[in-house]
Amino acid sequence: MADKFISIEGIAKRYPGAGGATTTIFENLWLSMARGEFCCVIGHSGCGKTTVLNILAGLDAPSEGAVIVDGQAISGTSLDRAVIFQSHALLPWRTVLGNVAYAVSSKWRSWDRAKVRAHAQKFIDLVGLSGAEHKRPSELSGGMKQRVGIARALSITPKMMLMDEPFSALDALTRGTLQDEVRRICLETGQTAFMITHDVDEAIYLADKIFLMTNGPGAVLAEVVENPLPRDRGRTDLHRHPLYYALRNHIIDFLVTRSKTFTTEKPDHDPRNVPTVQIGKPGLSIASDAKPEAPRETSWPGLSRPSTSS
Amino acid sequence: MMTTSLRLRAGLVSLVLLAAFLGIWHLATRSTAQVTTMSPEYAKLMGLTATQGKSAMPGPLDVGAKLWEHLKRPFYDNGPNDKGLGIQLGYSIARVGTGYLLAVLVAIPLGFLIGMSPLLSKALDPFIQVLKPISPLAWMPLALYTIKDSSISAIFVIFICSIWPMLLNTVFGVATVRKEWINVARTLEVGTVRRAFTVILPAAAPTILTGMRISIGIAWLVIVAAEMLVGGTGIGYFVWNEWNNLSITNVIIAILLIGIVGMLLDQILARFTRMVTFPE
Ligand SMILES: Nc1ncnc2c1ncn2[C@@H]1O[C@H](COP(=O)(O)OP(=O)(O)O)[C@@H](O)[C@H]1O
Ligand SMILES: [Mg+2]
Repeated sequence: MADKFISIEGIAKRYPGAGGATTTIFENLWLSMARGEFCCVIGHSGCGKTTVLNILAGLDAPSEGAVIVDGQAISGTSLDRAVIFQSHALLPWRTVLGNVAYAVSSKWRSWDRAKVRAHAQKFIDLVGLSGAEHKRPSELSGGMKQRVGIARALSITPKMMLMDEPFSALDALTRGTLQDEVRRICLETGQTAFMITHDVDEAIYLADKIFLMTNGPGAVLAEVVENPLPRDRGRTDLHRHPLYYALRNHIIDFLVTRSKTFTTEKPDHDPRNVPTVQIGKPGLSIASDAKPEAPRETSWPGLSRPSTSS
Repeated sequence: MMTTSLRLRAGLVSLVLLAAFLGIWHLATRSTAQVTTMSPEYAKLMGLTATQGKSAMPGPLDVGAKLWEHLKRPFYDNGPNDKGLGIQLGYSIARVGTGYLLAVLVAIPLGFLIGMSPLLSKALDPFIQVLKPISPLAWMPLALYTIKDSSISAIFVIFICSIWPMLLNTVFGVATVRKEWINVARTLEVGTVRRAFTVILPAAAPTILTGMRISIGIAWLVIVAAEMLVGGTGIGYFVWNEWNNLSITNVIIAILLIGIVGMLLDQILARFTRMVTFPE
């Protein structure tokens, strides 16, 4: 791993617990991401995923350790790291355009109104909200609100995007469409992305790397799973890839059983050198029942176009 | 369709109730031409009321006629004890306006500071808790003694009584702005002052305006009592003066006008509140 665009170095988060004791949510957490990489974090509720994301965003400070972005330790929030909030967090007294323009004018303080509007409009168009600029958030559907959140995050042309379960409140159809959009935009703009999700298929579709976290308290980063699917992947034929089920079963196995037992079964786990799992590569054993379906390799290459249907 | 017919019917019922009220009032207060037997000295003392069966309570027609007289010349000024109702109301509104605006200027910035600072919030809480329940009129002697001007003392009393709802609502509104909106501003590296004006103020505005609406109501309640105490001018003084003149007709007219002005002030603030309220 030569390029460490983002490097989380030994961070811990502790809260004062009952009776003077301290509760350690996680400690000695190390992880790194390369530029342009799309990383997903999967783990059970309460293991500290949001805390890690907030620390990366600078909204929260670690009790120990540091976060290095682009060679510099971060202190506080930055316009370089845009956050897409789970609850979209739009300002309800502003219109769609007003919400995006607020971000644009925060980044470029000297721009005049016309320039700010034009720039904001470009990103509203990008997320497919042309025509809804003058609507208020209360007049939008959940999916449209989250699109505004995405437009707002992208409009400040950040170095990375941080997303905390951005699609978990949406219905399946809208979620699929927005996943396509985010994937397309991240690929086009070469965004580095860090996304928390509960949805295994979402992680498989979007991520280059998947971080698996064990249950809290005292959660650890157990494995980094490399996604064996080609970068140029389509939603509809995802499941036809020969390694799809192996990957999916590996993650689900982890969530169902290993996330609970990991810390006791692997006492020699080194948090600084978290094992990287490469599904399908020699040296890694996958349970024989991991491939319930005969691989249909032949159907894969022709279908490798990112789906942008909406 | 449904709502218009409902509104129409409600309006009709209101009119019927008003007519019934005026009718009963009229019947209850009309002359009964029945002379009661009493000693002549006492009858002389009591005047028409007792001798000709005329009720001491004016009827709606008397009040209406008198009101019409007042409305025809609201701004006449025949010396300290005889001024038009418009002038008296004007004095009261000016006092309420001055005291209230001063309270806005103090309460909203101070509420912002307290709401944004947990330290100040905790430090000032005991003072606010003690000062808030004090009846504004209890300050009057102290104000008269220190300020030595009755009109300014009345303004001070309005200031004191209208500051608390605004202050407490501002503190509450500012302290309870949704964390995620603050976080949006933080991730955009928005400075404290810009954050206060672009996120906290609009988010807290409905709560602040609600406090301002409560305050104006209290201020208008208090001004009548304060002017009764300090005297000189104002609608409160007018009520007291007319009571001393035993002109119940004028007292009733003043009561009616106090109600109407209070309603208008409340409606103005209600409109402002609607303007800053945002649907979520
Ligand atoms: N302010 C706080 N004080 C005490 N404990 C907290 C606080 N914030 C979060 N926690 C605890 O930290 C743990 C991790 O929370 P979080 O990062 O939100 O988990 P996740 O996003 O993975 O569901 C939870 O067990 C939660 O109870
Ligand atoms: Mg969370």
